[in-house]
Amino acid sequence: MNADYAGLFRALLPETHLVVGALLVLTIDMIWARHRPANRHHVALLLGIIALLTAGYAAITSGASGHIYGGMLKLDQLAIATRTAVIVLAALALALLPDSRRMNHPAEFTAILLFATTGFTLMAAANNLLVAFLALELASLSLYVLAGFDKTSPESAEAGLKYFLFGGMAAAFLLFGFSLLYGLTGSLGLEQIATQLVMQGQSPLLVVALVMVLVAFGFKAAAAPFHLWAPDVYQGAPAPAAALIASASKLAGLVLFTRLLWPGLGSAVGTIAHVPVTVGWAPVVALLSGASLLLGNIGALAQTNVRRLLAYSAIAHAGALLLGVIAAGRIGVGPLFYYAATYGLATVGAFGVIAALESAGPVHQLTDLAGLHKRSPLLAGCLAVFILSLAGIPPLAGFFGKFSVFASVLQLGGLAGPVGWLVILAIALSAVALYYYLLILKQALVAAPVADATPVRVTDPAAIALLLAASLIVALGLWPSAVLELF
Amino acid sequence: MHRERTRNEYEKENEWQPAAARRCPVNIPLLSLLIFTPWVGALLLFVLRRRLSASLGRILPILFSLSTLILGGIVLARFNPVITGMQFTEKHAWITALNVHYHIGLDGLSLVLVLLTGIISPLALFGPTRQVRCPAIHGALFLLLQGSALGVFLALDFFPWFVFWELSLVPAFFLIKLWGGPGAARAAYQFVIYTIGGSAFMLLGFAAIFAETRTFDFLELKLISMGGQAPILFGGAATTWVFLGVLLGLAVKVPLFPFHAWLPPAYAEAPTGTSMFLTSVMSKMGAYGFLRILWPLFPLQFHAAAPILLWLALGGVVLSAFAAMKQTDLKRMVAYSSINHLSYCLLAMCAVATAGPVNPAFPAVMIGTSESGIAALSGTILQLFNHGLSAAALFFCVGVLESRTGGLRGLGDFGGVRTAAPVFAGLCGIALFSSLGLPGLNGFIGEFLIFRGVFGLAPWVAAVATLGLLATALFLLTFWQRVFHGPATGAGVNFRDLDATEIATLGPLIVLMFVLGIFPQLLAGLINPLVTTWAATLP
Repeated sequence: MNADYAGLFRALLPETHLVVGALLVLTIDMIWARHRPANRHHVALLLGIIALLTAGYAAITSGASGHIYGGMLKLDQLAIATRTAVIVLAALALALLPDSRRMNHPAEFTAILLFATTGFTLMAAANNLLVAFLALELASLSLYVLAGFDKTSPESAEAGLKYFLFGGMAAAFLLFGFSLLYGLTGSLGLEQIATQLVMQGQSPLLVVALVMVLVAFGFKAAAAPFHLWAPDVYQGAPAPAAALIASASKLAGLVLFTRLLWPGLGSAVGTIAHVPVTVGWAPVVALLSGASLLLGNIGALAQTNVRRLLAYSAIAHAGALLLGVIAAGRIGVGPLFYYAATYGLATVGAFGVIAALESAGPVHQLTDLAGLHKRSPLLAGCLAVFILSLAGIPPLAGFFGKFSVFASVLQLGGLAGPVGWLVILAIALSAVALYYYLLILKQALVAAPVADATPVRVTDPAAIALLLAASLIVALGLWPSAVLELF
Repeated sequence: MHRERTRNEYEKENEWQPAAARRCPVNIPLLSLLIFTPWVGALLLFVLRRRLSASLGRILPILFSLSTLILGGIVLARFNPVITGMQFTEKHAWITALNVHYHIGLDGLSLVLVLLTGIISPLALFGPTRQVRCPAIHGALFLLLQGSALGVFLALDFFPWFVFWELSLVPAFFLIKLWGGPGAARAAYQFVIYTIGGSAFMLLGFAAIFAETRTFDFLELKLISMGGQAPILFGGAATTWVFLGVLLGLAVKVPLFPFHAWLPPAYAEAPTGTSMFLTSVMSKMGAYGFLRILWPLFPLQFHAAAPILLWLALGGVVLSAFAAMKQTDLKRMVAYSSINHLSYCLLAMCAVATAGPVNPAFPAVMIGTSESGIAALSGTILQLFNHGLSAAALFFCVGVLESRTGGLRGLGDFGGVRTAAPVFAGLCGIALFSSLGLPGLNGFIGEFLIFRGVFGLAPWVAAVATLGLLATALFLLTFWQRVFHGPATGAGVNFRDLDATEIATLGPLIVLMFVLGIFPQLLAGLINPLVTTWAATLP
């Protein structure tokens, strides 16, 4: 291994920006801002956004330099695109930071959010089991704290604890799986593992390792049956934290596991495009996908809480994303990345609308959205874009994401094999999904406001973030080539 | 090898393009203007909704809506009916990764439907919306709907076509839900979820087609399928599934019996203007899809399925007519009569597909059937247009009844309206007779040609379908008699006659009914060469 520290530093420039930014936010808060409560909030937000913007710039300009530091990291197009996307999503989530009346420690929140983003960007580039695990844990630990950040709310504490317990369990599984992989191949680098596995062929131990890894993957992607944390966390966590967990964390996790499964364990994929199915991870992922599609869409029908509804919709989308993972190795990661990134944008936006509404009163039930078009046309319009994109109505990005993922899956083996059937299931369920998405829109755009409803005042950063997210969804829906041609 | 040949043929078919360009002195993207002018209007209205006065908020949408008629007129003037290929085409790369193009163009069929949209939309905005709440928002949604419908009629690539197709549901949902009657919420939900449920499978079908052919272009796909590759595209069974998916999407939209359950509540609960547009323009999207997509792309599958579909269409003709007889709500009655009229179109298409020879290599078999085929297919297109006129007029008349009486529209709520309102009774009567197909009015010619064609191809079916004609005459005459004749009772007492606006709305439709009833050649001339080619190649 040749230790190219200069190369490593250049490659890690975005992470450096994020960490330095996080430390600066904390220091300035401690020295200066905490004595000025009126400005404390703005300082944290401003510094956080600056750190994210510089990191984003560094990520875009870093260039696909391939293997870094002896193959610890791999900076390819996917890594660059993912780093940029998670930084954008994190910036949008940060812009939703509640005002000082409802959050006592804005600087800590911002700093931890930046640490989580550091974890995401590292996950995007990790090419080694240990680096992957460390990046994942850095992100996860930060997210546990963010989920439980609202000390005044028991739900937030519940969300933090549940997320932590489930996450800790999943991490244990993942580590065990990694140790088995290391024991089988004697290596931690994904390329070396791949070559070793091709030589060794299938073994029972490999199957055990695969199952362990997939459990952790299922947890990270909120796929059934590892989804149980999602509704509670989405419900209890502060809105920016929930937005981050639902968007950037999911995208980074999907990219990490796609990298792990396809280049790393590609030889153990098994086939799923035609019957009979052969053993490998693809059939298991397909099972997770089918279960998530069914459970997510049908579970969402019964929800009356907006956030829990979004959680079940996230489970349903996880099912479609897992289909994209199955196709990613053969057809390319473009559709999967496009879907995950635009889904993240729509989810951040939906949580952003909820966050903005929460400044005017609690948002629990769907009926709390009633009359949003009267109370704030901006929020109602943005929510319509986000929800219609989640529902997959053209020409918004959500439609094209679904379409390109399904088309890529059909290129594997047409409608004849099990994945083809899964696509049929996914499409049939998307009509079901439309029902519960329309329930949200009906409250927001059609129902009359309750008698004592007041206009909602949206803070400038949140308004900018929402408009940016909405216009990105429309623009990416009209010009999907902008993303797809990156790969 | 096969594919190479078809590509060449495709180029050859498009050789007329330079000629068309020469005839058009300045290269204006006419069709894009046609689609996007309403959308620009919608955007403008939405942005300015607070600043517009109520009257301006009502007039601006009408003006933008008229653009379709004006541009449609220009297209009509430059249209060459002898050419059976696409004219005025525009093609630009859109999503290169998926080989998606923004490809639009127009032939006789599209032109007829564009003209229909141009005639109906301004009237639907002009007549019934005087008292509408938030006229600017209503107008914006309506223009969005109008642009989407035009996009569906003009797009030649599945992707933009589907975008327009789905996008039309969003404004329709809100128009029904926000401005509709008491049951509007449920009706709007049913409408959207039924339609999306169907079109989701169509999307899946096209994803499968794309996975196999790497193209979404209707013309290229048509050539591939006519080159004989469609049957072996995915191996027999899979093509059938793809076909069924596409069929389901279109069948829900038309609607084909038994996928019609969403229609009566949606039409009945929608506000009058929206009902007019839904029935005369949006219901044509499904039938258009049959002619533009299903038939050219899946000739063998359509031929194989046609006997079953023929019976379903026959069921639609007969059962919907009898269902209409049982209705006491006038709007639901007209809605069922809409199903009945569109089922005639399906009947004609299925009859041609059942009888038509599968293999164009045996033209000898065709001679006996081609005349009937041409009659049935011309009848179909004429019926699409004529039904648009008469159904819009009828929905408007029911709307007048409703607006005078605060929402009454029961068959038994009125009586003797004619004594108080002779003009209204006269115009509504003409619309009713046009709808039941009285010779001399426009409805006759389409139905006559359809029956003439279907009789030559499937005599028994035509015989049973006359039951539908009989029932149609019965319920439309019941409408006419119970509402307008007899002693003035119920809400018919002192019924105020039509005012100038209402006459101006109904007038153009009535005039067109006479003109097209007496000179059907005006419309038929646009589509004759096209239909003749279809009859020779399609089935």
